[in-house]
Amino acid sequence: MKNYYQIIKIFFISFILINAFLSNVFAAGSDAKITKMNFSFDGIFGVIDKASARRGLQVYNEICAGCHSLEHVSYRNLIDIGFSNEQVKEFASQFEVMAEPDSDGEISMRPAIPSDRFVSPYQNDNQAKAMNNGAIPPDLSLIIKARAGGASYFYSLLKGYEEAPEDKELSNGYYNIAYPGNVIAMPQPLYGDDVEYLDGTEASMEQEIVDLISFLAWTAQPELNDRKSMGFRVFLFLVFMTTVLFISYRKIWKKIKS
Amino acid sequence: MSNIKNGKGVIGWIDYRLPIFSTLQHTLIDYPTPRNLNYWWNFGSLAGIFLMIQIITGIVLAMHYTPSVEGAFASIEHIMRDVNYGWLIRYIHMNGASFFFIVVYIHIFRGLYYGSYKSPREVLWWLGLIILLLMMATAFMGYVLPWGQMSFWGATVITNLFSAVPVVGTAVVEWLWGGFAVDNALLNRFFALHYLFPFLIVGVVILHIVALHTHGSNNPLGIDRKGPQDSIPFHPYYTIKDLFGLSFVLTIFAAVVFYAPDFLGHPDNYIPADPLKTPAHIVPEWYFLPFYAILRAVPDKLGGVIAMISAILILFALPWLDTSKVRSATFRPIYKKFFWFLFIDVIILTWVGGSPAEGHFILIGQLATIYYFAHFIIFMPIIGIIETPKPLPNSISESVLNKPIKDGT
Ligand code: HEC
Ligand code: HEM
Repeated sequence: MKNYYQIIKIFFISFILINAFLSNVFAAGSDAKITKMNFSFDGIFGVIDKASARRGLQVYNEICAGCHSLEHVSYRNLIDIGFSNEQVKEFASQFEVMAEPDSDGEISMRPAIPSDRFVSPYQNDNQAKAMNNGAIPPDLSLIIKARAGGASYFYSLLKGYEEAPEDKELSNGYYNIAYPGNVIAMPQPLYGDDVEYLDGTEASMEQEIVDLISFLAWTAQPELNDRKSMGFRVFLFLVFMTTVLFISYRKIWKKIKS
Repeated sequence: MSNIKNGKGVIGWIDYRLPIFSTLQHTLIDYPTPRNLNYWWNFGSLAGIFLMIQIITGIVLAMHYTPSVEGAFASIEHIMRDVNYGWLIRYIHMNGASFFFIVVYIHIFRGLYYGSYKSPREVLWWLGLIILLLMMATAFMGYVLPWGQMSFWGATVITNLFSAVPVVGTAVVEWLWGGFAVDNALLNRFFALHYLFPFLIVGVVILHIVALHTHGSNNPLGIDRKGPQDSIPFHPYYTIKDLFGLSFVLTIFAAVVFYAPDFLGHPDNYIPADPLKTPAHIVPEWYFLPFYAILRAVPDKLGGVIAMISAILILFALPWLDTSKVRSATFRPIYKKFFWFLFIDVIILTWVGGSPAEGHFILIGQLATIYYFAHFIIFMPIIGIIETPKPLPNSISESVLNKPIKDGT
């Protein structure tokens, strides 16, 4: 029995260690204030709220898409969050992409189709810079995974615009208490009455941010719902198998131990 | 199975000409093993399993990955989104690397505790260390492949270390890069080598096992086997024990892969590499942190590199640095304490390696580095001389079957 305790002890120590240094590494600068929040996709059984993600798409499309791309996501992927084929086709067709060269070598524009990636607001990085005072608005496909603090950071960022203190130098930027360094090049994008939801939900600051987070958590981890349900089955199976193997082990070793 | 020996049947026919089946039979079935191995002896076979997991998932990933500066990041996202179960394959490979290191580090600490590096297992120990070096190179190059921010800046920091080499430093770095910056040429060669190295590891693992089987496993008592009553056949006793251990570790592994797949990674690596934007803190993967701390503890670049490399090379000298004749720390009251001090020291180094090199971390890192080397260079030789070991049991079977232990060494 002593062995089991020893092993558990070591795992425990290692766990604490990992936690200690991760919190150390990833703790954003002390000037960034992040409110820890809970979301529908947290925890073992948490899943992406698809209705909320669909509303999030609307907010993204109406407010953020003017500046931010979503380059890893295709229109057809939207079927995953509950849109029909028809809706996806219609949604895609409002955007224009470059067509293949025709037989004369001319390149024209055509409406986007479901297999196209989300159309970027800019031709290239230089244009993005030119239109945003020298800062490039990052692609949002992976943003929830690409920042320390994840969804909580995102929440705090969008709510973090405040009156700057007198002594703060704000050249070309806006004051935000969640952003590292507190000066961000993005003007406050949301105020609470920015969209009229198609599904009739009443818009509010909180509602819009949570919906955006559902949507962007999905664009960052489209596999999340599948992963968790598969994980649960795999885990149960492994616990069962470990038990069976442990019993067999004890049984086989009985002859040796006595 | 009896056909193997009498040369009958297809298996017997082949085995008479190429003894693969009798070798397997010897390695996995008959191999006489000490009867008293504890769970810490599970980690060798676990390491082998994780090596296989890495190779299999890695080959599948390589089928979908694009090794180019323009395409690498997007191809990883393609694997995560469009390839069937691509996310599963990638998360297994990502976290498999971490688990491989956890398992191998435990395996090494097991060796340190039970004196498994002592005669006649020195070569076995060295082969293990060569595996460790190969693993580190493989993992480092693998982390560069997604071409995220940490990939790029990690590669930049580490390859730049070679510039510390006197006279030819810059030339060496440019040769490594295949150019004048970390760029496409480097990414391509890292991909080629990252594919190659695991197979070199397989080769060294085979040698490792040949060396192991030459004198057999050490055991928690650290005493040699006196006769057949001290051994049991590998199968079924250790096959079932290894399977149980494997299943247990896979359960933990599955929990991480399915519920916290990015926990051990760094968020910055989901930002595409940008040579113009340096991340606030550049940190390597967790398993390099102790060595990173040692690197940064020395104020001089060349000195830091030498210290970091020595931290591993010194382990090659353990058979001579440890002056005690007794293998197992169980019977070495003083060494046993220092073993745990070393363990704590390595944890501290890990913690310092992951923290920004500023304030009190600098001093803590330097003290922990000095302690690390002092453990091997000063304490180990001295303890072996001044310590009085506890009396060793007469034999493994006697100790296992709880017969009274007589005095004597
Ligand atoms: C007027 C253009 C514009 C609009 C509209 C806009 N953004 Fe931004 N956004 C930017 C710019 C520019 C940056 C880069 C800021 C910087 O680097 O300081 C940015 C940065 C960000 C960041 C990254 C912050 C970080 O940690 O680096 C997030 C997240 C973000 N925006 C989310 C959104 C969301 C969500 C919306 C829609 C509700 C939105 N943005 C609308 C221009 C815009
Ligand atoms: C790919 C990585 C490795 C694999 C697959 C591997 C495999 C194994 C296996 C199967 C055993 C027998 C079971 C056991 O005793 O745990 C073993 C024993 C051993 N290994 Fe490794 N090993 C690896 C890395 C290392 C490293 C990095 C070291 C140390 C530097 C090392 C040192 C040893 C020693 C000293 C033994 C003998 C242990 C004893 O009998 O007490 N191995 N290895």
